[in-house]
Amino acid sequence: MSAYEQYIAFMTILRKEIRRFTRIWTQTLLPSAITISLYYMIFGNLIGSRIGEMDGISYMQFVVPGLIMMSIVTNSYSNVVSSFFGAKFNHSIEELQVSPIPNYIILWGYVSGGIARGLLVAIIVTLVSLFFTRLEVNNYLLVVAVVAMTSVLFALCGFINAVFANSFDDISIVPTFVLTPLIYLGGVFYSLDLLPDFWAGLSKANPLVYVVNAFRYGVLGISDVDIRISLSMIGGFTVIAYLFSLHLLRSGKRLRS
Amino acid sequence: MSGQPAPALKISSLTKTYDNGFEALKGIDLEVAEGAFFALLGPNGAGKSTTIGIVASLVSKSGGKVWIHGIDIDENFPLAKKQIGIVPQEFNFNIFEKVEDILLNQAGYYGMPRAEAKVQAEHYLKKLGLYEKRNTTARMLSGGMKRRLMIARALIHSPKLLILDEPTAGVDIEMRRSMYDFLKEINKAGTTIILTTHYLEEAEALCRDIAIINHGAIVTNRSIKSLLRDLNREVFMLDSSDTLPDPLTLEGFTFTRIDDNSLEVEIERGQDLSEVFSQLRTQGVSVVSMRNSANRLEQMFVNLLEESA
Repeated sequence: MSAYEQYIAFMTILRKEIRRFTRIWTQTLLPSAITISLYYMIFGNLIGSRIGEMDGISYMQFVVPGLIMMSIVTNSYSNVVSSFFGAKFNHSIEELQVSPIPNYIILWGYVSGGIARGLLVAIIVTLVSLFFTRLEVNNYLLVVAVVAMTSVLFALCGFINAVFANSFDDISIVPTFVLTPLIYLGGVFYSLDLLPDFWAGLSKANPLVYVVNAFRYGVLGISDVDIRISLSMIGGFTVIAYLFSLHLLRSGKRLRS
Repeated sequence: MSGQPAPALKISSLTKTYDNGFEALKGIDLEVAEGAFFALLGPNGAGKSTTIGIVASLVSKSGGKVWIHGIDIDENFPLAKKQIGIVPQEFNFNIFEKVEDILLNQAGYYGMPRAEAKVQAEHYLKKLGLYEKRNTTARMLSGGMKRRLMIARALIHSPKLLILDEPTAGVDIEMRRSMYDFLKEINKAGTTIILTTHYLEEAEALCRDIAIINHGAIVTNRSIKSLLRDLNREVFMLDSSDTLPDPLTLEGFTFTRIDDNSLEVEIERGQDLSEVFSQLRTQGVSVVSMRNSANRLEQMFVNLLEESA
């Protein structure tokens, strides 16, 4: 395929993905806005007012970056896992397999769909957060970079989950039993400084810690982890997930007989 | 080979063993000429869909070579894929998408610009009687319409080779006939067609060449005409307006009396059918209608499968 044909193929997948999640916006976009509003009301206003400050800033302001990042992570992930597994389940994935599209275009098409939903939800959630607190951004470039890298990383993770999934149960197991605990233990609601040394050290194995702290640094200028380490870790995880996803597509395992 | 066009499909020593150890293909060789209307027949589990799956890149081969219009799929599968359109046996589109979107997306996967894709989609939707349904979600279509949608989708990028796996399964007679006419038309226009079918009369009506596959091996691969020439025995059903005499005799022929007005006669190769009429006439029986009691290709098919078992 020529570069132009590949561009058309990529845009076709991306357009299809955006249409899919906007058509069912009550299932894909609205829940994040409602959930995040509840978090702000309960953790930010009701409980947060009693907690006081965290790392020198109000608790409400402290949790906002983590909650925005939580929305990006879950939406990028769930968009790709549900869409790609759905295509596997109804065999419409064969439309792509019989066509001459290179594997990396298929991958980037689905991942970009995840990024699009992650970014759209991030905008919605950020606008919601403005009703509850003032948001001053410390480093716009860093914020954009972390959002982009994070949505790519978790869209890729969703893709890998979809390839291995055999049933709809399999696409909810990872978000429920792996992703959600990692998010909650990733420093969204607390600073790692509050943890005993052992648990703080163990938390460093959690990729969400780097994601949340990198974004918090971009927004508030504070972080539990050196920003260079955070960016390196996110970048490293992304490269590994990308290469593994391409390997899965090339080998055809779980996609072809 | 120079000067001669490459075959539309050439398969050499193709093998497939699934992970569970089942040997679906045992080294098949097959060649389908450009412009052919070719039938691939075989009982369930014979290896038809596996063969098509490998050509369509939905199944990984274990060994052997496949060329599509001279392009080795191991060397340039993307270019080879551009030459073929696949109509699978099972519905494999997103039932929540609109009919037109399914076609436009497929065209996009082949790198076709949207404006061109719209023209192509409109052409095939009209040709296949789906234009009025273009804005309907695919799940609302009838079984026959869904099958025609898959044909339109397979043709959207104008492939040189169209492969259809059981295209008329679950399609009513009227729809089947219009589908036959359409397939004949595009074959006449130059598209090579390979189809698998359980309806042997379909293969006889549409196809010029045939391959029969059984237990993962090609049993025969030749023109339908030459295949039928080898048929040793045919069974005819004869109907009389008068009651058949009792006893009825047909010297040299095996026959079965079906009821008072009809009988079934077996004609071995070399026997003269007019001899049957002559003997019946002498007994005062006049034949008003005659037909093959079994499809000729079906008989041949069963014979070949029995031989290969």
